[in-house]
Formats: sequence, C-alpha cells, structure tokens
Amino acid sequence: MPLLSQSAPKPQRPRRPAQAVPPMAIVGDSVEMRLGDTLVTALPDGALWIGDAKTLIVSDIHLEKGSSFALRGQMLPPYDTHAALLKLTDLMLRLQPDIIVSLGDSFHDSGGPARMDARDRELLRLLMSRCDWVWVEGNHDGRAPETLGGAYHDTLHVGALVLKHHPTEAAAPGEIAGHLHPCARVVGRGRSVRRRCFATDGERLVMPAFGAYTGDLNVCDDAFAKIFPDGATALVLGKDRVLPAPNERLVGD
Amino acid sequence: MRYIEGVDARAPLLPSPFEEWFAARGWAPRPHQLELISRAQAGLSTLLIAPTGAGKTLAGFLPSLIELAPLKAEGSRRPHRLHTLYISPLKALTTDVARNLNTPASEMQLGVRIESRTGDTPPSKRQRQRAQPPDILLTTPEQLSLLIASEHASVFFEDLQAIIIDEIHALAPTKRGDLLALALARLQRWAPTHRRIGLSATVADEEGLVRWLMGNASTLSLAERVAAQRPGEGRSDVQAPGRLSAPHPPTPSPQGRRGEGTDIIVRAPPGAQPVIDVLDSDAHIPWSGHTARHAIPEIYETIKRTKLALVFVNTRAQAEMTFQELWRVNDDGLPIALHHGSLDVAQRRKVEAAMADGKLRAVVCTSTLDLGIDWGDVDLVIQIGAPKGCARLVQRIGRANHRYNEPSRALLAPSNRFEVLECRSAQEAVKEGALDGESRRIGGLDCLAQHVMGCACGEPFDADELYAEIVSTLPYQNLARAQFDRSVDLVATGGYALRSYDRYRRIVQDPHTNRWRARNASVAQQHRMNVGAIVESEMLDVRLAHRAGARPRPGTPKKEGPSPLVAGRRLGQIEEYFIEGLAPGDTFLFAGEILRLIGVRETDALVVRASDQQSPKVPSYAGGKFPLSTFLADRVRLMLHEPKRQKALPPQVREWIKMQKRRSVVPAPDEMLIETFPRGGKHYLVCYPFEGRLAQQTLGVLVTRRLERLGKNPIGFLASEYAMAVWGLEPMGDIDFTQLFDEDMLGDDLESWLGESTLMKSTFSKCAVIAGMISRNAPGAERKTGRQVTFSADLIYDVLKQYEPDHILMQAAFADAGEGYLDIKRVGALLARIKGKIVHRDLPHVSPFAAPVMLEMGKVGVRGGADEAVLEDAASLIAEAMS
Repeated sequence: MPLLSQSAPKPQRPRRPAQAVPPMAIVGDSVEMRLGDTLVTALPDGALWIGDAKTLIVSDIHLEKGSSFALRGQMLPPYDTHAALLKLTDLMLRLQPDIIVSLGDSFHDSGGPARMDARDRELLRLLMSRCDWVWVEGNHDGRAPETLGGAYHDTLHVGALVLKHHPTEAAAPGEIAGHLHPCARVVGRGRSVRRRCFATDGERLVMPAFGAYTGDLNVCDDAFAKIFPDGATALVLGKDRVLPAPNERLVGD
Repeated sequence: MRYIEGVDARAPLLPSPFEEWFAARGWAPRPHQLELISRAQAGLSTLLIAPTGAGKTLAGFLPSLIELAPLKAEGSRRPHRLHTLYISPLKALTTDVARNLNTPASEMQLGVRIESRTGDTPPSKRQRQRAQPPDILLTTPEQLSLLIASEHASVFFEDLQAIIIDEIHALAPTKRGDLLALALARLQRWAPTHRRIGLSATVADEEGLVRWLMGNASTLSLAERVAAQRPGEGRSDVQAPGRLSAPHPPTPSPQGRRGEGTDIIVRAPPGAQPVIDVLDSDAHIPWSGHTARHAIPEIYETIKRTKLALVFVNTRAQAEMTFQELWRVNDDGLPIALHHGSLDVAQRRKVEAAMADGKLRAVVCTSTLDLGIDWGDVDLVIQIGAPKGCARLVQRIGRANHRYNEPSRALLAPSNRFEVLECRSAQEAVKEGALDGESRRIGGLDCLAQHVMGCACGEPFDADELYAEIVSTLPYQNLARAQFDRSVDLVATGGYALRSYDRYRRIVQDPHTNRWRARNASVAQQHRMNVGAIVESEMLDVRLAHRAGARPRPGTPKKEGPSPLVAGRRLGQIEEYFIEGLAPGDTFLFAGEILRLIGVRETDALVVRASDQQSPKVPSYAGGKFPLSTFLADRVRLMLHEPKRQKALPPQVREWIKMQKRRSVVPAPDEMLIETFPRGGKHYLVCYPFEGRLAQQTLGVLVTRRLERLGKNPIGFLASEYAMAVWGLEPMGDIDFTQLFDEDMLGDDLESWLGESTLMKSTFSKCAVIAGMISRNAPGAERKTGRQVTFSADLIYDVLKQYEPDHILMQAAFADAGEGYLDIKRVGALLARIKGKIVHRDLPHVSPFAAPVMLEMGKVGVRGGADEAVLEDAASLIAEAMS
C-alpha cells in the first residue's frame, strides 16, 4: 500500500505559517497515515483501524442519548442506540477485529446501560462475544458500562499508541483520544460544508464522535489549539469516504 | 352584504357619555360602528370587513366599552372578571391599541380596566393578571395559548363575553392561525355565550374567514340560543345589563355547523378608489432582474414631490439594494430610511419614531410595514417590483393616506418586462375590485400536538371531548380520529412504533376520570416555555468587530501583534445560511452599508465596514419571496394573448411581444408553450407556466429527473416567476412532452427527491420544535440558539427517516414542505390545466420570451453532489501538495 514518506513542501504564507500536511494516502474510501510508527486507517464511518493489532477504535458513541432526553421530556426517536450498534456490526463483519475499543463516553449517561432495550442489549452482547471488548472510561458514563462485561481501562496501550478519552495538552506522540467531537467546516467554491472529522497533526489524533445524535466542536476552536499547537489536518467524513482537508481550507463556525 | 340604512334610527344605541364624547370631537359614529353595537346587544358575532382608516378597531371595542361602562357604579373594588379578549398578530399592535383605547376610555371616565399582555410583560404583572384579570385584555395568540396551558384556565375565561381578533385575514392562513383556531374552540367550551368579532381587510374568500372565525360556535343570536336551551339551567349572576349567559358548554357537534353563511359579515363602505400608476420608465426596461435600478432616478424624482413615501419591496435584499441606489442619487440629501425585519429592533423603532414625527421623506421597507400601526402621514406608496398578488397590493396601498375618504396613491415600478405585464394586470384587477385569495389551510399536525400538550397542562382533558372540539375548527374539520390519537401518542411518548418511551410519558391518563394531564410540573413548565408556532430560521447577530483595546491611551506601550477581535455593536440579524455561503473577506449589503465578513463566532457574524467597496456581493436571494398569485398569473396570460389589452403597455414591451409572435408563438391563455433550441453547445427546454417561482422550481427538479431517465443528460435548470428552463447535452426537440409533463410526476419522483433534499431537514426541524419534540427553551437552561436546534434536528431526521419514515412528524414536515416551499398543489393544478394544451416550438435559436430567463442563468450550477465537490476540491489540494 502506498504510504508517502515525505511531507508536503511548505507554501509561503506571510502571517500564519501553514503547517505541513502530515504524510497520508487516500486508499479506497479511507485515509492511511502513520501515527508515530504505527500505521492507522481512518474509516468513513468515523472509526479507526489499527491493522497490525487488528484493533478497531470508536469513540463517543453516546449510546442511549435519545432515552436520556426522553427522560427529561424531549421524546427524540429511540433508534440512536440501534443505529450505532448496526454501524459497529457492519464494521465488525468487514474487518474481523480481535479487539474493539470504545474510547469513552460509550453511553450518554451512567443510567444508559440500564435503559437499553432487550434487542439492543442482545446485539451488543453478540458483538462483545465475537472479540475482546475494551471500555475506556469517559466523563459522561464513568464506569457504568462495566456492568455489561468487557475489560475496563482508563488508559490503554496498543503497541506504541496510547488510547485515552481526554486528549492531553502537548501529549507525547502516539496519543489517540476522543471527547472533543471534532468537526470541520471546509470552504471552497464560494460555500462551506460542515462535517465530522478526525483531527491529527501526524503524531496525535482526536477521533470523531461515533454516535447518531452527538453534537460536535469545530477544529478551529481554541480547545484544539492546545492539543495541536502547530495546527491540525482534518480527515473529513464525506458521504461515503474520508477526505483530508488542509488547515488553510478550514474555517471556524 | 349589508350596508346600513337608517342610521338615525340606531343612534340611541349610543349611551350618553359616548354620544357626548363623539360630539365633543365633532365626530359622528360611523354606520358600521353602530351596527356592531346593535349586533353585540343581540349577542351576535360579526366579521367586520373594512378598509384601513375606517375606524375598525374602535368599532370592535365600542360594544364592550358600552357594556362595561355601567360597572363604574360598583366602584373600584368590584370583582375582577375578564370581559373582552383582544388578539392581534403583532405585539406592537397590542400595545398601540391599548394606548389608543385608554385615551377615549379615560376621557369618558369609564373606569374600565384595560391591560395588555405580551412576551414583554413582566412575570409579576402576568401573575397578577391571572389572579385579577382586567375587563379588557389585549394580547397575542401565543399568550392565549399560554393562558390555556395554565392551571385553572377555565375559571380565568368563564366570564368572557367577547373576543376581538384583529387582522384576522393575516392570521387565519398560518400556523399561528391553526393554534389560535384551536384555542378559540377551547374558549367556546369555557365561555359558551361569548361573541366573536373578527376585524379584516378586504379578502376574496369571505366565507372561509367566517368559518375560521366561528368554527362551530353558533352564529345564532343570544336570544335564539337561550330559547334553544333546556329550561331551568339559566344563571343570573352576570352583572352587565342586557346580558344572559348559557350555563353549560353546548356539546360541540363536528358536522352540525349552523349559520355558516356570510350573514354575519358587516362591511364598512369602501373608501375612495385608490389611484394607481404604473411607472412607464423612459429608460430601457431590463429583460430580467429584480432591482428596478433603471427606474431609480424617476422614483427619486417622485419622492421629491411627496411628503412621505413608503417604498415597498419584496425581499430584504431588494430593500438593501434599493436603499443603496436611492442614496446614490440623493443629491438633495433627503431623509430616506430603511426598515426591514432583520434590522436591530432599536434601529427599527428609531425609524418608526422619525416617521411619526414627520422627519422622513421616504422609507424603504419590506412586509414589516404591511400590517398594523400607522406611522406618520404617508401620502404615496411605491411598490418596486411586481406586487405578486392583489390582496397584498391593496393592503400596501392602504398604508398611504389613512384618511378614509381620500384616495390612496400608489406607484408601481416594474423591474423587468414580464413584471410590466404583471403590474398592469394588478392595476386593472384593483380597479375592478377583483382579489386573489389564499387557499384555505389544512391545520398542521405539529400545531395540533402543541395544543394537545397545552390542554393537558391546563385543564385535564377527555380525549373524546377534545377530539370533538378540535374538529369543530375550520383547519382541523377533516382530521381523522386516528390522526388525533396518533397526535396524543406523539405528545405522550413521542409516538414511535418500534420502541416505546412509555416510562417517560409527558402526559398521563387519570385511571378514574380517564382525563389526560401533564405528568408533572416540570414537563408543564417546559411546554409553557416553548409555546408558539413561530420558529425563527437560524439567525446570526451581525456585529461590528474591532480589535480589543483598539484605541490605546497615549504612552501605553504597543503590544506585539494584533490584539484579538472583539464583537462590538449589534447591527441586526441575518440568516445563517446566507453567511455560510460567504467566505471571510466577502462583502455584502446590510443595514444600508457594505460590510465585510471577518468570521463567525458562536452566534455572531463579525463584520467591519467596507466603505471603500463599490459593488458588494449582494445577498443572492433569487427573486421575490412571495410567489405570483394564481389569480394574477391568469390575468397576465390573458393580457399576453389579447392585443387590445396591450395598448397601455410601453412601446418596448409591445415590440417585445410582437417579436415573440414572429419568432415563436404567443400561447393562448389556456395553453402552455414549450420552446426547445440549441445555444452555445447546449440544448435548452424553456416552458412558460406563469405559476410563480416556487411551483416552477419544484417543476424544474422533477422535469430534470425525468430528463435524466430519458437520457437527455440535463445539467441544470432555472425557474423564474414566469418561466422554467432546463438545459442539457442532448437535443430535446423530440421529447414526448405530454408524457414528460404528465401528472404522475407528483408521485414517486417527488417522493424520492424530497427524501434526499435538505429542505425536508429544515422543515422537519421546525415541526419538531413546534410539536415539542425538540425544546427551544428548557427550564433553567440558557436559551438555545437556532444553530444548536438545527444541528441536532438534522441528526434526528436522519435516524427517523431510516427507522420510521412514516412517523407523524415526518408527515407533518412533508405537508409543510409541499405547501410552503414547493407549492405542490399549484404544480398539480398546472399539470392538470395543461393536459392536451401543450404547444411546442423547436427553434433555431433563443426566443424573445426565453431571453429573460436565459439572462438569469449566471449563477446556477449543477444540482446534487455539490457538497461533496467542495470536499473533493480540498482533498485534491493535498494530492497536489504531495505529488
């Protein structure tokens, strides 16, 4: 598989030095890149695949967000959990992972696991029985998913990669985190398009939210500047593929 | 139809303080005012149709004031009972009427308690009003819905004697009208003997308005109603003279509508016939466009000869442009102002005050000044661009000269050649007194859901009773019981088929009485914070940006680098989608200035003045906001075909029609012309339905899909108010047009297109807010901005579409999209109308009629896939960088 070893030449811009686009390649509907020394693949569903470790990472699924709102009187369609689990099922069948990591905020709140209906509970149980399942602790659900089985970690190491829910400021290379729900507004042709995305500077990466109802935060927000002091490239989730967008094409909301 | 004869015989209707008050001013009550008094005394409801300046509002209130006057004898400590409820669509009108009513009331020393209640009324006062209602309460439909959703609502309304609904013609055909009709049905149960007074401008469908006003409420006189009662149930504790009261709500019978004719209509004699001129510009009349730039110098000259002119345009963008253009030629520095809905409220109030003080010579405005309050002494109305409908034109003309017996003056300034025809047609129609009517509305399911929740928050309801009550209203008269039950389920649990939120019900049924009520105080509170049918489209505040500490004090050391930009003064609001279409650095017209977009921060669009710029990137609203009315379109088609009627047209326009006759054909009024021709390597199909932009845009989408299937490789289409053009890579002359324009177009083609379109998402979002699925406001939380609402609604739409595409709110959104944005009814009528009446000409080149629509083509591109193309562009940048 082609993987570029050289970074792009830096275009001359007077004020803000544009950061280099990290080496990456569009392969089929996905984008491949190296994070530190590890080859990772950003998939159009918003999941990350570590081929060498046969590990699939999803983040911020926020299961049972619909019922969490219903509890407070807003009757959102109760199909968000099912939609997310079906997407995961599809990925599992395609990639046959050994490990699935849910990188925190797996449920929208700690009451979520108890509110799952029988059908979704069964589907999740089935998924969990097919591979090693790891819950990473999030801020929304705490340790609540533990009741459903699977392993539980606050930080997980996969080879040289460090997986955790909250991104660290000025983290060491190789950190994969979630929590921020990055999205990008890409301009061009006199208009702009706003989509969920992966954010990465080639050394660290923040995952998009996987859940059906999850909101998001623009990568131009200050919160990302702390994590990517030199700016980030967005790997934008298009309709059915991932498309990289360089920093200078991104605008804030 | 009744004009009043024998006014003198009715004069004693007016008790002495009133008579003296009129006399002291040298006035005499007008016949229709007296007629309303006498009808009120008989307990009769009335629809008063009167032109502006006819003393409509006073006519509505006089009967109530007369009934209330004797209560003064009981002293100031008399009990608080709500006697009259006045409802107006505009908050400002409510306050204005309160002021205008208090003046005569205090001059006559009537001691009547008159108060208004709007969203601006402080909570403490609102609370007091609920405990101690005034005699006359002036309020808005939203506040009425709120009162109905409050506890003990029935007690609050049980003494109600009269309901006055102002500008009823503007309210009835809207979602707010749906909610109001439902609210009125509720009041009918609690105060069964009240009378209703509707105040309306002249309309085409009078009977529809009567039925909307009355619903199932009896139009019989009070005496007849009392006679119809079973004996022994009368109640005698009402205090006003000449009033009787029926004891219990009459069981509403859905079909048993009585007296629904037009016999409750009272008409004020029409004022003087307006004088309407169409500007026959000496300048070249443009082929296309909507700016009327060519006519600006002549319009300016007219303003110079006028005291105060209202310059009406159809969209905010046109307002900005016209304002800018007028100032460009304003050598005399005339005070010309701008007034439209997105300007900051404070700024609008300033303009209004200046108008009232006679400080202005012209105000460029949109429909914001269509209704209600009189600001100053307007002596001319100028309509720029075609009026699109006669009713709107008449309403606008009425803004000039509010003195009853003097003619209003208006000048129509068409902005292109087709509009010349339209303006002429409108001028003729107004002269004949012909009016176009809005079609009657079918009540929205989202409004129904909101009402059901409101009822549950107020007085617990019985489902059978509530259903009977709801189908007694005009908008919901054909509501099936199953739809009603689904709506109750929607309110209770969200109404989902595959999984239930039974545990989290918002309303619960009492096991003993079977009545539904809100589950707890918190869901009721949540509902009350989200009442209303106005869902603002996502708006951003436009703010002038400046650098933090931009003006450092002398001696302060300069910091390195530019300080951050800070949001400053607010100029007004602008649609989010418009700003999204701009890139930072782009310029646009707003509040009469050319602004440069710096960026968007949260809900603020940060801008700086770009006064160096000559030509801004103008808001690209395509054409007018209002579609050409069917009625006016028919007249335009007729005018095109009859040479006799073209005599008054400017020579340029006549020449243009003659050329069309020579090069192609001018179709008969009942025909639709289709022209096909090649141009610049592409092949065009242009048709001329004259059905307005909305309907033709829908037609364009559907025809393009069909041409795709026919292998004609269409690449784009464009709809104007009059014509629709499709272009592609293959010749289109050989198409079977009867089949292409077959009515089955509105079946699968429409459905599959709607499923993909973003239109459905935004429509759904509004429905979900009105129905209470998504909260605008949550108790204790900050007000959510429109941005957040839209965003989550998009995701919800995606999920719902996948799992439950026939959910009741999807149906509501589909109906709304069809009605409001696609004009599907009209496309259907068009397709039926042109069956067997299609005239086709295969031409060697573009025709005179086709030229205008070809000229509008500049900006239009290929549909579909455009979003992805933006992303692909960006991605290819990376590919380039890496190759």
